[in-house]
Amino acid sequence: MAIELKMPALSPTMEEGTLAKWLKSEGDAIVAGDIIAEIETDKATMEFEAVDEGTLGKILVDEGTEGVKVGTVIAMLAGEGEDASDIEAPVQDAAVEDTPGEGKDVGRDPSEAQITKPARKTDVKDPEVPEGTAFTATTVREALRDGMAEEMRADERVFVMGEEVAQYQGAYKVTQGLLDEFGPKRVIDTPITEYGFAGIGTGAAMGGLRPIVEFMTFNFAMQAIDHIINSAAKTNYMSGGQMRCPVVFRGPNGAASRVGAQHSQNYGPWYASVPGLVVIAPYDAADAKGLMKAAIRCEDPVVFLENELVYGRSFDVPDLDDYVLPIGKARIMREGTDVTIVAYSIAVGLALEAADELADEGIDAEVIDLRTLRPLDREAILTSLAKTNRLVIAEEGWPTCSIASEVMAICMEDGFDHLDAPVTRVCDEDVPLPYAANLEKLALIDTPRIVAAAKKVCYRD
Amino acid sequence: MAKAPRSKKTAPKSPAEDSEFALHSLQDAFEQDSRFKASKEQLLDFYKQMLLIRRFEERAGQLYGLGLIGGFCHLYIGQEAVAIGLQSALDGDKDSVITGYRDHGHMLAYGIDPKVIMAELTGREAGISKGKGGSMHMFSTEHKFYGGHGIVGAQVSLGGGLALAHQYNDDGGFCLAYFGDGAANQGQVYETMNMAALWKLPIVFVVENNQYAMGTAVGRSSAETEFHRRGTAFRIPGMDVNGMDVLEVRQAAEIAFKHVREGKGPVLMECNTYRYRGHSMSDPAKYRTREEVQDIREHKDPIEAIKKVLLENGSTEDELKAIDKEIRKTVTEAADFAESSPEPEPGELYTDVLVGEY
Repeated sequence: MAIELKMPALSPTMEEGTLAKWLKSEGDAIVAGDIIAEIETDKATMEFEAVDEGTLGKILVDEGTEGVKVGTVIAMLAGEGEDASDIEAPVQDAAVEDTPGEGKDVGRDPSEAQITKPARKTDVKDPEVPEGTAFTATTVREALRDGMAEEMRADERVFVMGEEVAQYQGAYKVTQGLLDEFGPKRVIDTPITEYGFAGIGTGAAMGGLRPIVEFMTFNFAMQAIDHIINSAAKTNYMSGGQMRCPVVFRGPNGAASRVGAQHSQNYGPWYASVPGLVVIAPYDAADAKGLMKAAIRCEDPVVFLENELVYGRSFDVPDLDDYVLPIGKARIMREGTDVTIVAYSIAVGLALEAADELADEGIDAEVIDLRTLRPLDREAILTSLAKTNRLVIAEEGWPTCSIASEVMAICMEDGFDHLDAPVTRVCDEDVPLPYAANLEKLALIDTPRIVAAAKKVCYRD
Repeated sequence: MAKAPRSKKTAPKSPAEDSEFALHSLQDAFEQDSRFKASKEQLLDFYKQMLLIRRFEERAGQLYGLGLIGGFCHLYIGQEAVAIGLQSALDGDKDSVITGYRDHGHMLAYGIDPKVIMAELTGREAGISKGKGGSMHMFSTEHKFYGGHGIVGAQVSLGGGLALAHQYNDDGGFCLAYFGDGAANQGQVYETMNMAALWKLPIVFVVENNQYAMGTAVGRSSAETEFHRRGTAFRIPGMDVNGMDVLEVRQAAEIAFKHVREGKGPVLMECNTYRYRGHSMSDPAKYRTREEVQDIREHKDPIEAIKKVLLENGSTEDELKAIDKEIRKTVTEAADFAESSPEPEPGELYTDVLVGEY
């Protein structure tokens, strides 16, 4: 059977090209690998290589022809036992671009197209804490450790790796005691090699384990962000759901104290912008423990953002055997009716202080801790907005393209009718964090700024 | 050119005296007997599998030219002996494989149905990644084939993680991690080699040196072009293998895999090979001469080489022609399937982003 030689697409964007030169003539024998013609695209001159064997029959497009559409039959090739001079040129189909079974839009009528976003779970609540449950004052640092240790006891596949997590007991002591209980197989000290160990952790998750990868701080995870995003977040999708990656990347995030610009950044908005990741940023100890346990059990890759300045703060944690919190649910930290303050991580503490001060001035603020940054609990934000009609976002991080920006967009898109004042954000100043004590203080979010913003949206300034 | 530190003594030392013994012992064993003694059945198998890759890739190139395959498409033509020589020596129930974006050949080497691979290349629902991955992002967890990764060098660290999982679970398997001479200059490759050697991870690093990182010849990008020496700093033994000879590759695999399976830690193997086609389909090929490519095709082709061995061992031209015909048929069927099966349902847009519901 004669073979049609068609104008090839030689780059992802090529639609037409110039048939610059024929290097074979009618009647020439062709073997696979022979260069038959030279074709010019907008970028380069490329060689058109034969794939099949045979004899070159009719040349249908002369050399020097410009604007030859991809897919046009340019010559015929006679197969074994055929007479090359005897081949009919095919009848050209005018509409070659979208022939069923051969075009780019094959098989689907555009009218069929429907984008169906998955429904969010709405019926999930924090577990009941039965009346009479005892509470223990626990630091966030201990709560994180307790959460990890409980999951390590329950599931042999869970292990921790990172710099100084084992013998040193953790650079910030979050992994204190884990080496003693679980041994070096499950508490692994790595060299200082973030890109490498983030990749190894991610690969181990693909191989069926449940790694907890500690970054000494998330600033250092910049060297490893390729694995967090390209390897961990995208592979399940790219594999059509075959490749699971249940890894937890955790460590302190955001500004610490007087460590300068390279060690002081909030990566919440970065990771929260990536489909395929779950991003958690708890504030208090009970949430830190309950969400850490949920993160480890999660089938998806989780970025778990802690805060160094909060590690040492103590909060009550319920003495329950298995306290696991739902991912993707915000928490009302304080109920109020006049204004909503949305916050996460360290800013929740500032928002609660601001609410106390506002109460003294007769303003009843509701404080919402987002807890999970992706997926974001839109419903909780909008429900509170419908109640208070005024909303301030407090975020320890830069303002541009922030979680605050996202919350504002949600309020504009779906809460516009409830707004009695413009949504206002209180963030860090838009500068690299300075070292000098006075400048650092000026750059970071604080309680008075949140109070001022709340008063402004209540038209009380 | 700088040499890796090796003993300069004239008389061979005993292993106990030779502090570098571990670094060259595998190569020494390989050089003593560098070609695998394959049965006729094995030879035929190698031939069939390599030919399937060749014909599949030729057809993929054609479909790309017709606009049926989009984006990037990296063909494995010329390198067939590497994947077949190595993967024929794996224990399919235990061992895992990971590679970069030039991955079609490694999947075919597993005997994965060419239809679902070709349908992935054309972006169809029946593709192995439901049409959502494409040429560079294909996986088969059933076969312990973990991709198919588009970021140059990333698969090496991920492979280190797969090796860690083998060791952690004590499952007797190891990870075969492929990368190219281009990826060999990525920092994370050496971060991974360091940890793999430190922790004695069961992993075989394979540099498929096809001589060009996109359009940059190895000599223009690498201070040390003998890639098998690149593990020396981490005390990883190296092996220098002719990647155009499937029997050499298979023999090297026997030696390297045994070492790793015995818990002795990683091996770095360099397979010297050659890519006939461009880096991807949109490669203008201005960085090498047509004569260079033609010379390799004519004198070093891995499929012609095994064909010669088969003919010397009693196979006939007719037999081999029949095999070729059969493979062409398989590939034509795969292409027809890939052209005619439907694109993914629009409803697939939002599936598989996350596993859990929140």
